[in-house]
Amino acid sequence: MTEQELITNIETVPETQEYFINMGPQHPSTHGVLRLLLTLDGEIIKKIEPHLGYIHRSIEKMCEKDSYQQIVHLTDRMDYLSCHINNEAVCLCVEKGLQLEVPERVKVIRTIISELTRLSSHQLWWGVMGMDLGAITTFLYGFRDRELITDIFEETCGARLTMNYNVPGGVMFDIHPNFQKRTKDFITYFRKKLPEYDELLTGNVIFTERTKDIGYLSKDDAISFGVTGPSGRASGFACDVRKRFPYSAYDRVQFEEIVYTEGDCFARYKARIAEMWESMKIIEQLIDNIPEGEHKAKTKAVIKLPEGEYYQRVETARGELGVYIVSDNKKSPYRVKFRSPGFSNLSALDTMARGNKIADLVATMSTLDLVIPDIDR
Amino acid sequence: MSRSADGIYNFMGLKNYISDIYNGVKSLITGMKVTGHYITHPKEIITQQYPENRDTLKMFERFRGEVVLIHDENNQHKCTGCSACELACPNGSIEIISGKETDPETGKSTKIIDTFVYHLSMCTFCNLCILSCPTDAIKMAQDFEHSVFDRSKLTKVLNKPGSKIMPGVK
Amino acid sequence: MNFNIYDFTDFVNSINVWLNTVFPPAAADIAGFVIIGICFLTFITLLGLSLVYIERKVCAFFQQRLGPMRVGFWGTAQTIADIIKLIFKEPLVSKGSDKFLFNLAAFIVIIAPFMAIAAVPFAKGLHVLDFDIGLFFITAVSSIGVTGILLAGWSSNNKYSLIGAMRSGAQIVSYELSVILSLLTIIILTGSLQLSVIVESQRDGWWIFKGNIPAVIAFFIFIIASTAESNRGPFDMAEAESELTAGFHTEYSGIKFAYFFLAEYINLFIIAAVGATVFFGGWMPLHIGNFEFFNNIMDFIPPIIWFFGKIAAIIFLIMWFKWTFPRLRIDQLLTLEWKYLLPINLVNLLLMALVALSGWHL
Ligand code: SF4
Ligand code: SF4
Repeated sequence: MTEQELITNIETVPETQEYFINMGPQHPSTHGVLRLLLTLDGEIIKKIEPHLGYIHRSIEKMCEKDSYQQIVHLTDRMDYLSCHINNEAVCLCVEKGLQLEVPERVKVIRTIISELTRLSSHQLWWGVMGMDLGAITTFLYGFRDRELITDIFEETCGARLTMNYNVPGGVMFDIHPNFQKRTKDFITYFRKKLPEYDELLTGNVIFTERTKDIGYLSKDDAISFGVTGPSGRASGFACDVRKRFPYSAYDRVQFEEIVYTEGDCFARYKARIAEMWESMKIIEQLIDNIPEGEHKAKTKAVIKLPEGEYYQRVETARGELGVYIVSDNKKSPYRVKFRSPGFSNLSALDTMARGNKIADLVATMSTLDLVIPDIDR
Repeated sequence: MSRSADGIYNFMGLKNYISDIYNGVKSLITGMKVTGHYITHPKEIITQQYPENRDTLKMFERFRGEVVLIHDENNQHKCTGCSACELACPNGSIEIISGKETDPETGKSTKIIDTFVYHLSMCTFCNLCILSCPTDAIKMAQDFEHSVFDRSKLTKVLNKPGSKIMPGVK
Repeated sequence: MNFNIYDFTDFVNSINVWLNTVFPPAAADIAGFVIIGICFLTFITLLGLSLVYIERKVCAFFQQRLGPMRVGFWGTAQTIADIIKLIFKEPLVSKGSDKFLFNLAAFIVIIAPFMAIAAVPFAKGLHVLDFDIGLFFITAVSSIGVTGILLAGWSSNNKYSLIGAMRSGAQIVSYELSVILSLLTIIILTGSLQLSVIVESQRDGWWIFKGNIPAVIAFFIFIIASTAESNRGPFDMAEAESELTAGFHTEYSGIKFAYFFLAEYINLFIIAAVGATVFFGGWMPLHIGNFEFFNNIMDFIPPIIWFFGKIAAIIFLIMWFKWTFPRLRIDQLLTLEWKYLLPINLVNLLLMALVALSGWHL
């Protein structure tokens, strides 16, 4: 074949085609009913389009007909892995509106339980992250440790997942007499078990290969997409609400804000593991110093917020949750809006995973720690 | 092994290559040690065999399983039929149908509970009804085995037939 | 009929003689085939069932669980219940799929290990095919299975299946190389591909001990490469349930799905059997040189137990990998093969040649 013929032959080779693939709404690694429309070239991702709405329950609209006490339990169903923190956000916002000073005891209890929630959320995330990357055993280990926290919750709050422990003005019941002991036992136990997580995944050469330099998100992108929480902090965006705008008892505890600058999956992974250590630190500082007092400030049976707009932000396990309430001095709010961390974090997925492979998309998604009902309220 | 600009093979590359392999294998063995520990310690198994352990399985006393109306041994309860719980419930799981009762002595008629309907299928176990009850007539029970074959079985009447309000409860 | 648990040669011969007295010669051969076929079918079914059960239990214990406990004593009948369920399930064929290839693929996948298992020497004399290229035959036929996987992915009319199949194709083609090279390292010492000769050559010690360091390296490469070749975790990209739902067998249901499932476990057995035969002396008991007293004690344990014991150990090791490690990505998998395993393997082969030349091996 002459050179000329070769060149013409090359040109007649049909072009490679891009194709679409639907990842979800039922897919093992979207952890819920999220549908991602992927445009692929072979295994390389060209574009990701998230399609939402499969689990829309119009929580914000439902809030407009409910009283302020009733709104709280709806937020359990948004980001169910940090339900206590969601509850707390609504209660803090209502208390802000009422200009109600809650007892010190409540603040401390709320903080401890928030941190326990964060721990349990991160434990579950760790297990699921391993499972997404093919190490199924981690899933069971994560759940094993989480089980102890859900037991603590069950004993004190009365439920394992959708606890609804907060009410405007305080918490529903006082802590259970066993609460302190159980929590301390758990911390001692988990301080021994957390290094195991590192042995199993963090140091593992396959795991680091799968996560290092994958799903890169720059600091500027993180800020412009509003990626918060451990995912944002792994890109160098110091956005910890607990540090920047302290609420409850966070102003009196010592803890580090975990910031990494790499911005890849491994940094997001490390940020969460480090956060677990910090959470344990916070709990240890508070658990022995719960002030005596009431577990709830007195509120009226029917709460009416004065006319106006109220905003409160908290740090959930996934990032910044904002609660925005517009009140027209009735017994239910005029409008409620939640700024959910998952939604903003998901919006950066396309930027992060473009040009990577399908397997990397799975890793990127699990380090974003998406909870679909949080994205789609 | 990589070749540097002046054409000399750089054996640092080879050294890295070997240390890569060494560290990789070491990290894998560390992981295997963890799982190896658990397979050799069957005592640490955490599985609970649920239906078999029913006798020993005790829920915490605050566990919210279902709403019940407390009756004492004389088949008396404390519910006045005030409907506070119905109002507090975010999703309409409670329906209070009240009746009237005329006191035979004074001839005054008072509002009493006729039927306390509880839709277990709609309840989100939020505990708001319990908090709102002024007489502490209802509480959360710890029963959690709620599955039935017929949905209508989940709609319950909580006041037992023939039950009366406790004397002195207003 | 003289049945001897230590040497099956006489037993097999006596069956042969008996068949020849009962049937005319041609029919005797056919009857022999039928008997062997039935034996293998039963053996493979039992093997598949028990391996699935064992895998479940092993994985459960790694994960601090109990595993199946309800059906039968300690859940022993669980896999039987599963098979019954799979048999009665509707064999769905998805719309737009190539029906002929779709059905054919399941059979190709299961035929490959069936053929390969014929050449496995179970004990002295208990050996169906013993020709001079036994090892070559096993590696050759067991790679037919990938055709089935490719066909399954192609004919399913499902993009996930297709990606899975293509991954699997790339994977098996590359890892075949390492498997064969690592086996070749030992072949240098045995000088024969005949499995019975390989086993006999380990009468005074297994190759993994006799063959010096290169043999140990070869064994580890063999284990890694053959885990990859059988599509098991951490190399299960072809299925990768978190990425591709179930990869090439996404669209299969019922008994055809069971074929894929069974094939995976039989492949696991064959890998372990080849590993045991080449590196650990097959059915040969543990012998140390001319240490007669020790050798005699070891001989007391029947060879078939030795063989299955070694297989169990190797299978356990492979399961241990699967239940500990995360999955690699497809390009990392190929990097591992072409940049690490293959060069190491080639150097190791050279080393082994050196060892064999200078007689450093025992
Ligand atoms: S627990 Fe909540 S949802 Fe259930 S009946 Fe009481 S108020 Fe209603
Ligand atoms: S249960 Fe309590 S709140 Fe409900 S109607 Fe009876 S007395 Fe009122």
